[in-house]
Amino acid sequence: MSTGRIVAGALAPHPPHLVYADNPPQNEPTSECGWEMLRWGYERLAKDIAALEPDVLIVLSPHWQTYIGTHFLGVPHFASKSVDPVFPNLFRYHYDLKVDVPLAEAIEERARAAGLVTKMMRNPDFRVDYGTIVSCHLTRPQWDLPIVSISSCRATSYYNVDVMQEQQMALARATREAVVASGRRAVLLASESLSHRHFVTESAVPEDMSNEHITNHHQYLWDMKLVEMLRRGESRRVVDLMPEFTEQAVSESDSGALTWLLAAMDYPDYPAELYAYGSVIGTGNAVMSFIPPEEA
Amino acid sequence: MSVVHGIIGSGLPQILLAPEKNPGWSEVREGYERARERLEASEADLLIVYSTMWPSVIGHQIQADPEPEWVHVDELFHDLGSIPYRFDIDSEFAHQLREIAEARGLQARTIAYHGFPIDTGSVVALKLLNPNNRIPAVILSSNVYADRAETVVFGKAVRAAVERAGRKAAVVAVTSLSNRLFTDWIDPADDRIHSLKDDEWNQKLLEFLRAGRLEDTAQLSRQIHRQIRVRKVVNFKPMWWLSAVMGQHNNYTGDVHAYAPVHGTGAAVVTLVPSQAGFGDKEYDEDDVEVYAGDREVLG
Ligand SMILES: [Fe+2]
Repeated sequence: MSTGRIVAGALAPHPPHLVYADNPPQNEPTSECGWEMLRWGYERLAKDIAALEPDVLIVLSPHWQTYIGTHFLGVPHFASKSVDPVFPNLFRYHYDLKVDVPLAEAIEERARAAGLVTKMMRNPDFRVDYGTIVSCHLTRPQWDLPIVSISSCRATSYYNVDVMQEQQMALARATREAVVASGRRAVLLASESLSHRHFVTESAVPEDMSNEHITNHHQYLWDMKLVEMLRRGESRRVVDLMPEFTEQAVSESDSGALTWLLAAMDYPDYPAELYAYGSVIGTGNAVMSFIPPEEA
Repeated sequence: MSVVHGIIGSGLPQILLAPEKNPGWSEVREGYERARERLEASEADLLIVYSTMWPSVIGHQIQADPEPEWVHVDELFHDLGSIPYRFDIDSEFAHQLREIAEARGLQARTIAYHGFPIDTGSVVALKLLNPNNRIPAVILSSNVYADRAETVVFGKAVRAAVERAGRKAAVVAVTSLSNRLFTDWIDPADDRIHSLKDDEWNQKLLEFLRAGRLEDTAQLSRQIHRQIRVRKVVNFKPMWWLSAVMGQHNNYTGDVHAYAPVHGTGAAVVTLVPSQAGFGDKEYDEDDVEVYAGDREVLG
């Protein structure tokens, strides 16, 4: 097949702790260890993604929060330092990345035609958000692919999860159509945790795994429910349950990233691969891939 | 020696970068000018900024980098341009504050990292109120999970730190009043407050502040949150913090320098100076708190 298509999607959460624990040369702070199950799971995801020989990563991140529409990076090259505003002790990362601006523009144009509010981000001084950087780093540590970076329109805060999902479904159609028209082999990354209640204190040694656990059992039950449904290929049910899940698990799914991913992949009915599930400072994180059977 | 001066100001970048595009935006900009003049005439030797636009999770973060410098771009209004900044931060006071906050049961930490992303609101307020870094500053985060008890105790910790250090502080709460933005792009000429309800609540709050009724305004915070705030955080906290840091009373001279819409939100600039004349205190429903011992149901 020579036409463009989405060759895979991944639920690719972005706790900066995972990059911190990995000690890549780009990150200033160093750690002894930490969150190995998630990191090693991410390694297997990266291997599976690499085998599909993608041309571009398209990532939707909750840490580029836009209250007026959906924004897209529209500058071909960014190089700067990203410091996490919440965990600056763990993540001060020197990034150097390329953007597939034509593909970003094609998605933006289609999204706008579908009635969404949109904006291309053209300011070269702009700092790329750390969610995008963490998910891309862990999925493709070589940074040899261009990315398309999409903001999270905060319709959940302004309206509710249902409105947010309607918008993400329109964005998903725009994404899919633009990928097909582009001829690119694209991988979509939904950069989000599942349950998202953090601890409000941190261990003296942040990577001290004897203190790491899910914030509460209730969050864990919800996470397992979602993970099991995705592993059974019940992605439409996941989207139907999203309003309740988002509220009950205080989930980062309020960003719309997972809804966008599942809708853009036309609601996978095949099992998702779970590489790892683990908590990071109390939040629940699953690393999963959705690889259509015809690509596998 | 204590908190001698208070300011409330919106932190949206239009005020700094594009005031000429709308008469209301320039009114807010001019309001900041008047607030700056008042601040310069005060005896303040320390400027403490609490920004609702700097969210934190691990307790309360205190900016302690002595000379943070960067070129900032707002994540939403990036097309308005870039904002180069360099600030003088009083890192010694930042460390003193952390100790006092911790002694009151709060989780707190200082932040001093090259490239730390100082939020748009803090950048706007500091550039407009303290353009030449005449007064050393500190910047404080707003914890997303904190509710009233924690926020009031944090305000008291700041006041105690100011008194312990023998300083005369001016305090700034960076916040919109109503914070509902239009969710589409607008011609700046068409800007207005998002709804009549938002406008009426904003006017009521300004009436209170003009009368010096800061503690009364703080006591309305839960109602303000329900009525005119988009639910991004647990509660509307800046008035709790500001009233606690200024001494929890209603005895101020209040000056509303400006009130106008910025992309639908209620943007105001207000100065509050402690005075003898005042409105008197009421009996309030909620407990006063000195030491933080945890909240329950903060997500309720
Ligand atoms: Fe996150």
